[in-house]
Amino acid sequence: MTRKRRRLYMVAAGVTMLGIAAALVLNAFQDNLVFFFSPSELAAREITAGQRIRVGGLVEEGSIERQADSHTVRFTVTDTARSVRVVYSGMLPDLFREGQGVVVQGSLGPDGVFSAEEVLAKHDENYMPPEVADALQKAGHWQKGGGT
Amino acid sequence: MIVEAGHFALVLALVLALAQGTFPLIGAATGRSDFMAVGRHAALGQFTLIAISFAALTYAYVTSDFSVANVVQNSHTAKPLLYKITGVWANHEGSMLLWILILGAFGAMVAFFGANLPASLRARVLAVQGLIGFGFILFILFTSNPFDRIWPPPPDGRGLNPLLQDPGLAFHPPFLYFGYVGFSVAFAFAVAALIEGRVDPAWARWVRPWTLAAWCSLTLGIALGSWWAYYELGWGGFWFWDPVENASFLPWLSGTALLHSAIVVEKRDALKSWTVLLAVLTFSLSLMGTFLVRSGVLTSVHAFATDPARGVFILALLVIASGGSLLLYAVRAPSMQGGGLFAPISREGSLVLNNLLLATATATVFLGTLYPLFLDVLDAGKVSVGPPFFNMTFVPLMVPVIVAMGIGPMLAWKRGDLPGVLSRLWLALALAAAIGIGTLIAMGVQSVLAALAMALAGWLMASVLVEWAERVKLFRAPLQESWRRARHIPRSSYGMSVAHAGLAVIVAGITASSAWQTEVIRQMRAGDTVEVAGYSMQFEGVREQRGPNYISRQGEFLVTRNGSVVTTLTPERRAYPIEGDTTTEAAIHTTWLADLYAVIGDGNAEAGWSVRLYHNPLVPWIWVGAVIMVLGGLVSLSDRRHRVGVPERRRARPGPAMPAPAE
Repeated sequence: MTRKRRRLYMVAAGVTMLGIAAALVLNAFQDNLVFFFSPSELAAREITAGQRIRVGGLVEEGSIERQADSHTVRFTVTDTARSVRVVYSGMLPDLFREGQGVVVQGSLGPDGVFSAEEVLAKHDENYMPPEVADALQKAGHWQKGGGT
Repeated sequence: MIVEAGHFALVLALVLALAQGTFPLIGAATGRSDFMAVGRHAALGQFTLIAISFAALTYAYVTSDFSVANVVQNSHTAKPLLYKITGVWANHEGSMLLWILILGAFGAMVAFFGANLPASLRARVLAVQGLIGFGFILFILFTSNPFDRIWPPPPDGRGLNPLLQDPGLAFHPPFLYFGYVGFSVAFAFAVAALIEGRVDPAWARWVRPWTLAAWCSLTLGIALGSWWAYYELGWGGFWFWDPVENASFLPWLSGTALLHSAIVVEKRDALKSWTVLLAVLTFSLSLMGTFLVRSGVLTSVHAFATDPARGVFILALLVIASGGSLLLYAVRAPSMQGGGLFAPISREGSLVLNNLLLATATATVFLGTLYPLFLDVLDAGKVSVGPPFFNMTFVPLMVPVIVAMGIGPMLAWKRGDLPGVLSRLWLALALAAAIGIGTLIAMGVQSVLAALAMALAGWLMASVLVEWAERVKLFRAPLQESWRRARHIPRSSYGMSVAHAGLAVIVAGITASSAWQTEVIRQMRAGDTVEVAGYSMQFEGVREQRGPNYISRQGEFLVTRNGSVVTTLTPERRAYPIEGDTTTEAAIHTTWLADLYAVIGDGNAEAGWSVRLYHNPLVPWIWVGAVIMVLGGLVSLSDRRHRVGVPERRRARPGPAMPAPAE
């Protein structure tokens, strides 16, 4: 085995590995990139029902509606310009409350109600998810610098 | 006064770090031994000063000195003493101070234990460490000074995020940082070697113990973090592929690759430039992890309170450290010629395969973690990359790693005999097949992938045992002979076996808990009963309780199986009035084969409480396996040949005439 041959083997192995990795990554990206929209963007765009997306904004004051006798919750996510109704079955995170920033992941139903598989509220109450802060800023209502 | 002393000590440490970073470098270049000697004293002095500084901040926390802004923001008089102390590093400024304290400690250890290193190499290693320290102390003093005063002092502090008031998380950062920062030693050795233009087996022997120590600590830190997430976040999961988790996982992956490639340099004098590159990349990934967590550029559950100026500063440090060292690498690496040749199928070959796969896995995790950031910078939309992405890319890459882990240690150096090894591994193969088929029969055809993964775990465990049995000639030689052999196998080899066995346990734990988890989400009233994986759980209701600095609502579940009482689970929801937060305290009953896991949510007596109940099979094995891996690392670290003080330039065995250094 000469040095040159060995190097050739190594390069070939490396290239093969990269090829496999690229294939895996591209394949996984196809289904697993989840785009984020603010309620305004959601209203402006055509989103196919059933496509997995994320929506973020504030939980509108007075909009939380708990169904008696089940763990289904309905609430409204707003960027103060537009809002979207969300339905979620499951346990809400500890810091989920009215007026707080929230990101929901799921898909839009044909009736325009967003059905969430996941509700993310951040663990620090001073912390605003950057996407939400951005969305609110675009809607022109929220000033940066509220946190520490 | 004490606080000012801490601040002042930090400024002095900055000056010493600069001295440590310059004089030895000049000394090594010009051959002046007095300049080179500066490094040692400066490293010890710098560590002492940082320790004083850290002690001063701890003092401010313990005495609740609310004239210090950092204490006000993160502490409160009502907090238990343990969390007053751990509160020191549960915030950005304090944790950066801990970071440089550990960096200083590593510098001091190199100065202390490195007496046997060639003078110029030691001087350069210490200089690189000094420069890293200089950058980070500067960062603390300019952007995140923990000693800033506030006037007038408020009567009480704002408290610590209650999620962080937890023993698991209290010790997660120190271990994690010890790992991150420990890789700085490997980095410093790599840069020093690039400056010297020489990498040899002795170099690898010096680098390995540091890398191993850092790796052990990082493993433990990640395991603690994952354990904390499991019992504290109340989601029933242990790993979420969250960007911040990934940030600690990336240096772990490349650090693991580094550990393995350094073996090839040490034993066979090959793969030199690759090993140096890995050392540089591993520490760069550690720095990147720090940057990602501090800058808040990525959305994550962790998110420290962030400040763009800090992000830019750390990014600049990252660019200088990794950019500079990579440039040096580009200039110097071509001159490093590998020594030992080897066939593709050989021990070296299997280690190369391990490295290729680990590096590829690192790259895919890196891509998935940073892709949202790239798109955001290009203004191409906001996306998130979820766990399915990582499962689809990372898991397939780990399958060949584990297959090869069974075979590699049994291959000979230079040229291995694959059919021979496979025939000696027939028992492991048979066992793996039996486990796979057994799982399929027990769990049904739909768990075919999980059955494969369980078979892999069995394969790895069995091949580790077979490899050991082969070495000691178990049952093929008299038992006394086997015992004699067993005692003479080097500890580093035992370390490898134990660590690999630990991974087998982890793989089994991850597979079983992901594939066969039972989740029940219900609205329950007092008296209701629900069945979870053969256990009957009766909800007894909720009562209020008072803790030292919180009020808790405690639910109670009576768990029975076939009529006999198993345990009572008492999940809590704690409200912290000072911080204005609530936390979930999951109740966990473990049998070591499975966990019963209960979480209580919102509700009231009339409508019922929302509860989440899980049965997680084999989930404790994940952390048990991680601990076994760390033990393996420690066993290997205790190998005499890895002692920093025992550099063996030649493979000469100390004869009986030479007394061996004390163990």
